[in-house]
Amino acid sequence: MNPEFFVISTLNGVSYGLLLFMLSSGLTLIFSMMGVLNFAHTSFYMLGAYIAYTISSVVGFWPALVLAPLLVGAMGALFERYSLRRVHKFGHVPELLVTFGLSYLILELVQLVWGRSTVPYGLPTQLQGPLFTLYGTQFPRSRSFVMLVALLMLVSVWLLLTRTRIGLVIQAALKHPEMVEALGHNVPRVFMLVFGGGAALAGLAGVIGGNTYVTEPAMAASVGSIIFVVVVVGGMGSLAGAFLASLLIGLVQTFAVAIDYSLASALQGMGVAVSEATFGWPLLKLTVSQVAPILPYLFLVLILIFRPKGLLGTRED
Amino acid sequence: MKFAIKAVAASVILVSAGGAFAQKGETVKIAWLDPLSGLMAAVGTNQLKSFQFLAEEFNKKNAAGVKFEIIGIDNKLSPQETTSALRSAMDQGARYVVQGNGSGPALAIIDALEKHNARNPGKEVLFLNYAAVDPDLTNSKCSYWHFRLDADTSMKMEALTTYMKDLPEVKKVYLINQNYSHGHQVSKFAKDMMKRKRPDVQFVGDDLHPLAQVRDFSPYIAKIKASGADSVITGNWGSDLALLIKAANDAGLNNVNFYTYYGSVTGSPTAMGAAAAGRVYMAAYAHMNLPGPLNQIVLDYKKKFNDDMYTGAVYHAFSMLSEGFAKAKSTDPVKVAAVLEGMKFKSFNGEVEMRKADHQLQQGLFISKWEKAGGKYPLDSEGTGYTFVPVKYYEPYVASTPTSCQMKRP
Repeated sequence: MNPEFFVISTLNGVSYGLLLFMLSSGLTLIFSMMGVLNFAHTSFYMLGAYIAYTISSVVGFWPALVLAPLLVGAMGALFERYSLRRVHKFGHVPELLVTFGLSYLILELVQLVWGRSTVPYGLPTQLQGPLFTLYGTQFPRSRSFVMLVALLMLVSVWLLLTRTRIGLVIQAALKHPEMVEALGHNVPRVFMLVFGGGAALAGLAGVIGGNTYVTEPAMAASVGSIIFVVVVVGGMGSLAGAFLASLLIGLVQTFAVAIDYSLASALQGMGVAVSEATFGWPLLKLTVSQVAPILPYLFLVLILIFRPKGLLGTRED
Repeated sequence: MKFAIKAVAASVILVSAGGAFAQKGETVKIAWLDPLSGLMAAVGTNQLKSFQFLAEEFNKKNAAGVKFEIIGIDNKLSPQETTSALRSAMDQGARYVVQGNGSGPALAIIDALEKHNARNPGKEVLFLNYAAVDPDLTNSKCSYWHFRLDADTSMKMEALTTYMKDLPEVKKVYLINQNYSHGHQVSKFAKDMMKRKRPDVQFVGDDLHPLAQVRDFSPYIAKIKASGADSVITGNWGSDLALLIKAANDAGLNNVNFYTYYGSVTGSPTAMGAAAAGRVYMAAYAHMNLPGPLNQIVLDYKKKFNDDMYTGAVYHAFSMLSEGFAKAKSTDPVKVAAVLEGMKFKSFNGEVEMRKADHQLQQGLFISKWEKAGGKYPLDSEGTGYTFVPVKYYEPYVASTPTSCQMKRP
């Protein structure tokens, strides 16, 4: 592995990791604050992309960058107010099921409104083209923009939660809701704000993820499972953990693609004769690059076995 | 006496005349079993519309004088669902089924029909496969009831490698494919055929990635770049192709050409756009700007649905069936199947032949290149302003590949 390839892959890994973080920060926020595992989270991501596509065709990309997350956030808040709040009293499973149902609803709705095929949601001219060229490989502006927004998001969410009054109320409302209510704060509204905020973060990820990658009805499902990995590996409810896990997964996946060794070649290297006749050859011949996209899930299983609270999680249960 | 002879003669003429046009005015139900939901929903929807649209066109006028009716059933891209969809299609009286997305469902239909047709004489069903390209379907797993209208993986690779062998700049080839049967076969045939035609060509990479799981192809692009490849061969379709090309564009991978199977399928043209111009090739039996009967259909389809009609094999299906019905003087699948074997007929890309040995349609193939639309090739893909412009046409015999099929005829 030459240094040039190493640098490029690191950049790719970090930028993909940051996109994952954008996607999972809202999820981990909602989970840590409300205890709701929101299955429809990536649907809000998809909605963000589609709404931004529509808005940007009217008023341009930059207004859409602000408007689309706000709209998605409002939808999330409404969903919390009129649906989630009602099922909240029945416990976690109904909550889970209602978000699960919502994800299907949004998928069908998106297909009805925007059709089943890819929509031409393109990058604005300011984000087209490369930002810089390194060893002859261009690094696109769109990806740099993703990285920038993700970092801004991390800092601002963290500041909001720890340094502002509303943040303190939110944190208090989550640990001791009755106490906060007794102090005269409207706890259900705090929950609504948190859910709306989480949805808005997903929407924001959709606005810039949609045109960096592709905007299609399958986009929600394709990232659906990976962000749960991020949240679990990082530690349920830990924003910093989600950040760490996203970067880790981004880097692991990127570098694994480059490794063409398999168990068979490793055994051969050790002097063991392995051929197509050997028992388990189909498994032995799999190269690391082939299994690269599955590694995060392996990671998930290992973390759940050996460190159930996640990398930076605080809860032991 | 004289009168009796006359009467008999007249009735014989009448009967034979009736026999000659027995199929006339009949309604032929064709069941379409392909995905309308999930990963391939966009492609399936486009193809169902293609079938419905062409059924209307052929109902206006066809050689057999029959009416076509399309019954669309979602098979969710799964072999199991396909079997039950087939059941329900047969219950609705369909004697012809068409399917194309995925060799797994195709195989499920073949298996089910082998059993059904053996057990239910007089109720046989024929299967027209318009896009499942696994060569096994016309080789080791060939069936009398299956007819393939697309060119299979090996035929397309034959054309692609014949084109590539004459390009001196092709020295290092990188293979990247989806990790399932189709991708494996593309990789295998690429290596075999290239070795035969240009032994000096090096394969610098052979990657398999999971189907429709990869969001970010930039690691693969970095790997392709590091390998020093000048050409990439890929059988990817859908978002896997779109994202691959998009990542290549983003990284400025300008000196590498992509040789593809499915560049024109829903989603890919939009992702390729102007940035991929001149760098993406496709091997297929058709392109957007074919002269002849398909041209008007493509135009009308675009006008009606604002979508591209890229599955030319749908046209094959209707022209082959109406020709077959007229020749068999019947719409009975058993009689029609016997006629279709070895039948030559005119379709949109000249005369094609349904090879008797394995039921693989023998047809010419185009190598086309992603270029700005205009001049002789005005129709673009997905409103991008770009289209696949043919750079080479190969006669059916060039792309023809041998078969190992041991056809069991009833």
